[in-house]
Amino acid sequence: MSMPSASSTASAPQAPAGWREITLGQAIREALAEEMRRDSRVLLLGEDVAEAGTPFKVLSGLVEEFGAERVIDTPISEAGFTGIGVGLAMTGMRPVVDIMFGDFLTLAMDQIVNQAAKVHYMSGGKLKVPLVVRTTLGATRRSAAQHSQSLHAWFSHIPGLKVVLPSTPYDAKGLLKTAIRDDNPVLFFEDKMMYQLRGLVPEGEYTIPFGVADIKREGSDLTIVATSSMVQVALAAATELEQLGISAEVIDPRTTSPLDKQTLIESAKKTSRVIVVDEGYQSYGVTAEIAAVISEGAFYYLDAPVKRLGALDVPVPFSPVLEDLTVPTPAAVVEMAKTLCGRV
Amino acid sequence: MVSEHITSSEERPLTRDEASRARERQFWLSLYEQMLTIRLFEEQVNELYMSAKMPGLAHLYSGEEAVAVGVCAALRRDDYITSTHRGHGHCLAKGAAVDRMFAELLGKQPGYCRGKGGSMHIADQESGNLGANAIVGGSAGIATGAALSCKRRGSGQVVVCFFGDGALGQGLLYEAMNMAALWQLPVIYVCENNLYNEYTPNSETTAGDMLARPRAFGIHTEEVDGQDVRAVYAAAVRLVERARRGEGPAYLHCNTYRFYGHHVGDIQRSYYRSREEEEWWKAQRDPLKLLGSWLREQGLAEDSHFAEIERRVRALIEAGVRFALEAPYPDPQEVAQHVYA
Repeated sequence: MSMPSASSTASAPQAPAGWREITLGQAIREALAEEMRRDSRVLLLGEDVAEAGTPFKVLSGLVEEFGAERVIDTPISEAGFTGIGVGLAMTGMRPVVDIMFGDFLTLAMDQIVNQAAKVHYMSGGKLKVPLVVRTTLGATRRSAAQHSQSLHAWFSHIPGLKVVLPSTPYDAKGLLKTAIRDDNPVLFFEDKMMYQLRGLVPEGEYTIPFGVADIKREGSDLTIVATSSMVQVALAAATELEQLGISAEVIDPRTTSPLDKQTLIESAKKTSRVIVVDEGYQSYGVTAEIAAVISEGAFYYLDAPVKRLGALDVPVPFSPVLEDLTVPTPAAVVEMAKTLCGRV
Repeated sequence: MVSEHITSSEERPLTRDEASRARERQFWLSLYEQMLTIRLFEEQVNELYMSAKMPGLAHLYSGEEAVAVGVCAALRRDDYITSTHRGHGHCLAKGAAVDRMFAELLGKQPGYCRGKGGSMHIADQESGNLGANAIVGGSAGIATGAALSCKRRGSGQVVVCFFGDGALGQGLLYEAMNMAALWQLPVIYVCENNLYNEYTPNSETTAGDMLARPRAFGIHTEEVDGQDVRAVYAAAVRLVERARRGEGPAYLHCNTYRFYGHHVGDIQRSYYRSREEEEWWKAQRDPLKLLGSWLREQGLAEDSHFAEIERRVRALIEAGVRFALEAPYPDPQEVAQHVYA
């Protein structure tokens, strides 16, 4: 199944038959509800996931349908309930653990990195950990340094983990269903500023495979590789660039682990110029890895070094005027693209 | 483990008393044999280390055998355990085979984890062993999650989470115990208090009353002489039965002692514990000697029984080591296998 051409950001005229416009938050909730109906082993646990439906209200209604035995409110103990998720997963259940803010992953690092990621390998392939950790990333919510980080690069660095970064309601639903059916620990990052983003999602059942990048917009002069909400930034930049006569291709890897290297490299070979945009810190981050992959794979086709745009390497500040300076914007992408294409 | 049909060498059927005594003898001798298997296994591991045949290190369980054996004797094969860096005893007591254990310790292909786990990560799904864990306290969440799984599936299984007194310093343990108590999960936290957190006496690391900690969560807590396998077994049976009945988690505090150092290479130990202390435990509080003496006093066993057991266990260990030494190393292609399921 392929996405209809109507872009999630454009004002979609009439949804094609069988498709409707929903928010990214609704898409997440639908994916969870459908998987819980399909498979009684799927259960949710985390802080305020039941009656509260999380502070983002993404899970509203689930406890009413599935009961408190499958939508489990936990104490504020990220390490403890993530570890419980690992134990559930090792013994026949398919838990989805909710880490409210991605920043709180730091509290559960041992359970994710030393336990979940390694159990299958350390046991010689005997034990499996079909665990999903749903969490958030993204700044500009005026939440300051401990509620705004995008830490997905850390987990992309660890063999044994898969990392998913949906950028549209359609991708969020299809990828989350795949995550729940995967036999490995999966970190599923939702940009908390995108929960109200609307987009077309089909009525019926579908899944999206991991490791398959999506070309969100085709172009010929420049490739913009972007993740999560930065896809929307890249698409906005591409629209502006079109006015300047620059044709930008926007590619969303959708999963950083596994990474669809081939699609990224092919696009770079076609356009010869690449910008990588990601909301994680720029240093030692996702942008660095993707730039290296493209440089190695398309070196002789490139007209310029691969450019990177990540979050500013500072703790996220509270004051809006400062915070807005820390994240990549369409304007910044446009400026970088103009430089790269010799239009300055 | 205990045969249902016991006959005497004589022709006449056994009286009820005789049959029950024979069962008792057989049961305790089987526990003695398991403890001796662990003891001789660990002595052989030390040998393999000293003769440079084993890569890396190992943390020996010698001295603590009564805990693993007494607790696991109260479990079904499909009950779960999680183990620790000092885990050989747990694995063997839960039903792992000596030869594949040695093979894993030597990093060989037929090892329990195809040589990829090693001494600190032996897992054996067949015997309900969810894995030894090299992060102190690291399995508290896994064990508690497995217990939630058992409850959710209505499987009637229980989970034992083994850890040492060092794990009392880890916050994860308390997070997990809190949830186990809230949700009345069938998990038993078994603390092997061997007095030392690695190289530091726990009097320097652990404030207050250790037993007050689980009690603060409303968890049923018992303390037992961890050198007395009969006491450990009796307590474990009580706690396992109540967990299986749905009466919630328990905490069993076993006072024990490790005869070797923190690991095989920890030879100079005088800066943290005296030779006299070690000798006292070995002479007075050896779980094998304690059970052996009791069996003799009760007239349940005599020298010939112990000699026969020792002969059998030594043969098992020798065969296991030979198997491991002769076993192939993993194929180089194994290095990238099993990263993902």
